Amino acid sequence: MVIKCQHVWDYLSDYLDAELPDDIKVEVQRHLDHCEICSAILDSTRNIIVLTADRRVFELPAKFSERLHARLGMELGQYTNT
Amino acid sequence: MALGAAQQRQSDEASLIAGILAGDTQLYHDLIRPYERTVFMTALSVLKNEADAEEVTQEAFLKAFRSISTFRAESKFGTWLISIVLNEARARLRRQAIVPMQSIDDTSGEGTGISPALLRDWREIPQEAVELKQIREMLQEAVFNLPDIYRQVFLLRDVEELSVAETSVALEISISSVKVRLHRARLLLQKQLTPLLKKTYPNQRRRWTPWS
Repeated sequence: MVIKCQHVWDYLSDYLDAELPDDIKVEVQRHLDHCEICSAILDSTRNIIVLTADRRVFELPAKFSERLHARLGMELGQYTNT
Repeated sequence: MALGAAQQRQSDEASLIAGILAGDTQLYHDLIRPYERTVFMTALSVLKNEADAEEVTQEAFLKAFRSISTFRAESKFGTWLISIVLNEARARLRRQAIVPMQSIDDTSGEGTGISPALLRDWREIPQEAVELKQIREMLQEAVFNLPDIYRQVFLLRDVEELSVAETSVALEISISSVKVRLHRARLLLQKQLTPLLKKTYPNQRRRWTPWS
């Protein structure tokens, strides 16, 4: 079985998550070995996931935790006192 | 044999919850600490605004505290919190009603495949790149520009690293929807970001390997 680029794109996510069945994985790998376009798509997708997942991209606002626990503290206090 | 980390955590949480129900309410601070970021990110994934997301996060944690007696031990505490904050965030969005609501069952764009950006080679951008504000903003904007249903799955799965099963429970969608939406989110991000990143972060090879 020879798979086309479009099929490889459909499998990209499952390939990255190592969730493809073995037979399909072998086909995808074989395709990637000789298709520089699909390899570049895979590499760029993986790269973008890694960059976006970096904790510095989406950060908690400064003093977020202090404000949260201060507000909780007021509420929790009411329950403790009653 | 020692309990696995996840089981250990669940058992620690169960005793904290028991303590809170017995009247030691201050334990709630410790109980929620590990979930602050994920709950905030969930609110942000719906509201796309930090100030709103922070307020909704506080309200969700208060709501969870008030209804902690209804929490059932067979579900995960983290997933329970995510459902609460999702409801709060969606309710706020409906109240604001500035943006026309996209139905959560909206399947627009779910029928056809998304073509990625085509390129012949990709020179890896190192993680240090996110130290640049311009790069961070570019990534944030691309994620915020995703359709709601894709953005929510992407943030929970790839940014907060929930499992497929946890994401499915939290968003109340099927396992296969989680996978399809995640796949589309990733391809849309690849499509949008690849040309931008290439342009903004060119020739970094010279910068990172000065001897070549």
